[in-house]
Order: sequence, then structure tokens, then C-alpha cells
Amino acid sequence: MHVVSPIRETLVLNGKSYHDVTEDICKQVEGKPTKEWKIVFGISVLVLLYGTAWVFWTWWEGLGVWGLNKTVGWAWDITNFVWWVGIGHAGTLISAVLLLFRQKWRTSINRAAEAMTIFAVICAASFIVMHMGRPWLAYFALPLPNTFGSLWVNFNSPLVWDVFAISTYFSVSCLFWYIGLIPDLATIRDRATGTRKKVYGALAIGWTGGAKAWARYEDVSLILAGLSTPLVLSVHTIVSFDFATSVIPGWHTTIFPPYFVAGAIFSGFAMVQNLMLVTRVVYKLEDYVTLEHISLMNKIITLTGSVVGIAYITEFFIAAYSGVEYEQYAFINRATGPLWWSYWAMMTCNVLSPQLFWFKKVRENILVSFIMAVVVNIGMWFERFVIIVTSLHRDYLPSSWTYFTPRMGDISDYIFSFGFFFTAFFLFSKFLPVINMAEVKSVLKSSSEKYPEKKKVTA
Amino acid sequence: MADSKYLVGVFDDGDDLLHAVEDIRHQGVKIHEAYTPFAIHGLDKALGYSFPRMGIAAFLFGITGTICAVLLTFWTMGVDWPINVGGKNFFPFPTNIPIVFELTVLLAAFGMSFTFFFMENLGPSSKPIIFDVRSTDDKFVVAIDLAKNKLSETEISKLLKESGASEVNVKEV
Repeated sequence: MHVVSPIRETLVLNGKSYHDVTEDICKQVEGKPTKEWKIVFGISVLVLLYGTAWVFWTWWEGLGVWGLNKTVGWAWDITNFVWWVGIGHAGTLISAVLLLFRQKWRTSINRAAEAMTIFAVICAASFIVMHMGRPWLAYFALPLPNTFGSLWVNFNSPLVWDVFAISTYFSVSCLFWYIGLIPDLATIRDRATGTRKKVYGALAIGWTGGAKAWARYEDVSLILAGLSTPLVLSVHTIVSFDFATSVIPGWHTTIFPPYFVAGAIFSGFAMVQNLMLVTRVVYKLEDYVTLEHISLMNKIITLTGSVVGIAYITEFFIAAYSGVEYEQYAFINRATGPLWWSYWAMMTCNVLSPQLFWFKKVRENILVSFIMAVVVNIGMWFERFVIIVTSLHRDYLPSSWTYFTPRMGDISDYIFSFGFFFTAFFLFSKFLPVINMAEVKSVLKSSSEKYPEKKKVTA
Repeated sequence: MADSKYLVGVFDDGDDLLHAVEDIRHQGVKIHEAYTPFAIHGLDKALGYSFPRMGIAAFLFGITGTICAVLLTFWTMGVDWPINVGGKNFFPFPTNIPIVFELTVLLAAFGMSFTFFFMENLGPSSKPIIFDVRSTDDKFVVAIDLAKNKLSETEISKLLKESGASEVNVKEV
């Protein structure tokens, strides 16, 4: 007996049956790629090729192709890194935290969000490797015994913590995503013939959906969610430590960890919103990703946007209250200095614009949601730019004060990450089911209008 | 293996399968396994399985990760090549918490998941017995090994039909 609250919104529309779910989601995996898919995929590959050429040029020529100077030693590289890592937080948040909170609406969006997480973390990691300048020495970041004497990495350094945090996060996210995929891969295997059956059969690793396997599977998912929840919080906390443990005014702040985590969820949900709004139309999944889902995501965007807004104001207040002249100057300089426009872009995009979502009409408007998600991600990029560049460009020594101007290298290497991200996402959306079929089927009874009689019982 | 004969009951609804499993087990029928397109809560209990204990694997691998990480950081920072940074401790524990935490999570997650694959015999080359291909789509299937049951094929078939099976098929594997 399923007991469903009468006020609960339906999550799957148009009376879908279990078989309809399978058909609707498998359709795009089994069919030939559409013309639209070929066009957008072609464009992303071209962008990726352009970006890749520039990345190699960056390594060949050196970091001089970027606009860095002796005062501003971190700029777009670390801005992009933090931005992508932040975006990469939504996937695990949706699949792990919302699983622990038993939020059924996560089932339609968790697969795509987790895929997005993985690709976003790869993009983030690519900036770390890029900014090393000499990527063939990247193994220096690992605790390996070396031929120059047994000098080890410094485990007191947040940069080393970051290596461990990002690589753990990446591998655990891949694992979580793959385990979620297994039952769906088995569904595709059982419908397929020929080569496809072999490929998906190998990927499905012999899943049959036996009751014992399902019981263990549910147990594994729950424990993975329990492990991933502190993990996802630790990752952006450690990213924020990269700044917070330094002695640069504007960086040396205890508020950074929660503030970064809130910002990460904020931008991550905005990116999920963008991707899902496009995917639901392209693959005709409007019955699975409904206005209810969009509205719920917008609510989380408003919540985290407000947390971020409070953090901005707190930072300013603490700087004023601390009585530390350097700290005070760093914040006055952010808002009124030569890079004032980036500060106000951040404030408008992140703090003011999401407040529009208090209105139900705005929250459930698809076009506004899409634009707002883009605006939020622009704002979150500027947040990292503000933190990094405006804190650095006027340092302790006024004679080295300078301005930062990006060069083609900065811009093209940023474009590279978009090329990679979209190429990977389009490949994923063509060859793997974009919605978790097994999980959607499991909420069908309680959250679909197909079983209205069950609703009436409790109404 | 071609001598095992199974009776496959196909149900259209998960709750029907759950009740059917309870019913026919009550009648003394031994069930080989039930296959469903998604997890049916309570089905493992109805089949008499013990509570899944994957948490034990997660804990054991996790604690291994914790110990390895503490040993790694302690040995490299404190023993093998201690670095004097402003006269501070060679091995300040708080700064090693992130590494210890990450390695704990890493080993717990991978250790538990691979234990799960191992216990369920899941792997790229494993050849599963699929009693009904629709069991990963929209059907809820129960398989009964006839050789292991005292009741005859017709009797079990009748029981399955009575408890709501839409089809009862015979499958030899």
C-alpha cells in the first residue's frame, strides 16, 4: 500500500507506465543520432579542437600566453578551476544529499547531473594541469618516492589536500554514477541485439535485477550517499582552504568554507538547470523533467544565492569590524577600485537576480529560468575572479600595484573547457540513458497521475 | 546446466509480486530468486534474505584507509624527511585530517563497491541467467527451481496463477 500525500505534486506526467519509461528513455540511445545532435556535437568538437590547439600552444610557448604578471600570479586559470569544481558539486549533491533526504524529484535529474559533475571536474582538473605550465611534471603533486632523495610532498599544504580531494571526488563520483547506471545498462542490453548487446552487456556486468542484488544495491547506494555527502562538502572546503590559509587580505577568511560550498551548490544547480532545460526539449522528456522539477531547482538556487549574499555582506562587515587596515582596503578596493565592475557584476548576478524566484510565475517560467541560470553562472565566475584578481592586483607594496588584462591564451584555454564539457555531455546523452529509468520507475506509483485511486485513499 | 527446469511466474505489478512471494513461500514453495526492474522494498525480507551488510565492508575498507593515510603522512612528514617549518611540529595532526578523510572515503567507497561486485558475481565477462528479458523493463518475475521443490509443476503453476501472475512459463537452463 502506497500512501501519498494529496498535496504532493506529480513528478511524472501523462500517465506513463513502466514500459513507457523504458521506451521514452531508451529511444535516444537506440535510435540513430538526429540531425540536431550532429550539428551541436560537430560545433562542440570544433570548439574542443580550437581549445586543444591553444592548450598545446600554452604548454609549448609557456604561461606567457596568459595575461599574468608579477603581481597577479593567479587569474583566469584558478578562476576557471574553482568555477568548474563548483559546478561539479551539484551532481553529487542531487544524487547523494537528496537521496539521504528522500527527495523523490531527484530521480529524473540525477543521472544527467552526475554526468555533468564528472565532466566539470575534468574541466577543473585540466586548469590545474594547464597552470603547472610543465604538465609532464604533474606527478610532483603525488607522494611518490623520487630519485632526488626521499623528499615528499608537504601534507601541510592545502594544495596537496586539493590533489587528494579532487581526485577522490572524481573517482567516487564516477563510481557512484556507474553503479547508478548498471540497472539501466541491463535494460538496454535486454532490448538490444548484435554488437550493441555485447557492448552494453559488458557494461552492465551481468546485472539481472535479482532481489538479493537489489537489496545489496540499495544498501551500497545509501552508504555511498552517506560517504559522498561529507566528501562533496570537503572538496569545496579544501578548495577554499587554498585561499583561506594564505595571508592575502581578502583571502584570509574563516567564512570561506561554508561560503564556497553554498556558492558551489548555487552554480552547480544553475548549470543543471541549463542542461536539463535543453535536454528535456531535445529528447522530448517534458513528462519527466516537469515544471515542478524546474521550480524546485529554482528554489534551491534562491536559497543558496541568498546564503552567498549573506556571506558577501558578512565578509564586508568583518573586514570593517576587524580594524585591520589591509583587510579593510582589500574590500573597499573590490567595490570601488579599478575592478569595481566585476564586483558589481557578481553582486547583481548572484545576490539580486535569484530573488526574483520568490514569485511563482517567474520560478515556473522556462525561458526566465534558463536565462537566470546563465546569469547565475556568469555571476559565480565573477565571484571567483573578484576573490582572486582583486585581492592580488593591489598587494602590500603599492609600487607593484597593477591591473589584469586577459590575453588570447586565457580566453582560448577557457573556451577549451567548454568544448570539452559539451562534447562529453553530448556523447553521454547519445550513448547512455539521460534519466535513471530504474529510479523513475520506482517513484512512478507514488508520484505519477497513473495511480489516481491510490491518491484518493489518503485525500 | 541444461538439466535445470525453472518455472517462471511473471507479474505486472511489484506489490502483486511481493504478496505472491509471501503467499507461495507460506505454501512451502522454495523460490530460486525474484527479478524486478527496480528495487521493491520488502522483497528481500519476503524472500527470507538477511539484512544486507555492505556497511561492514565499507567500515573495514574505510578504517584501512584511515590507518594507511595516518601512516603515510606520519612516516613521510615525521620520520623519513622531517621539514622544519618555523619550528613547528613535524607532524601536526590537524593539517593531516583532510588527507586522512579523503583516503578513508576513497577506500571505503571503492572497497565496498568492489565487494558488492564480487559478492553478486558482477563483472564484464559474467554470463547472467535471464529468466525473462522483460524483467529489466516492466515485468516482475519470480523463478522457481522445480528440482528443489516437492510440489509438482502444475501445483506450483496453479499457486502462481492464484496469487496474481499474468503468465507462467517454463524455462530450462
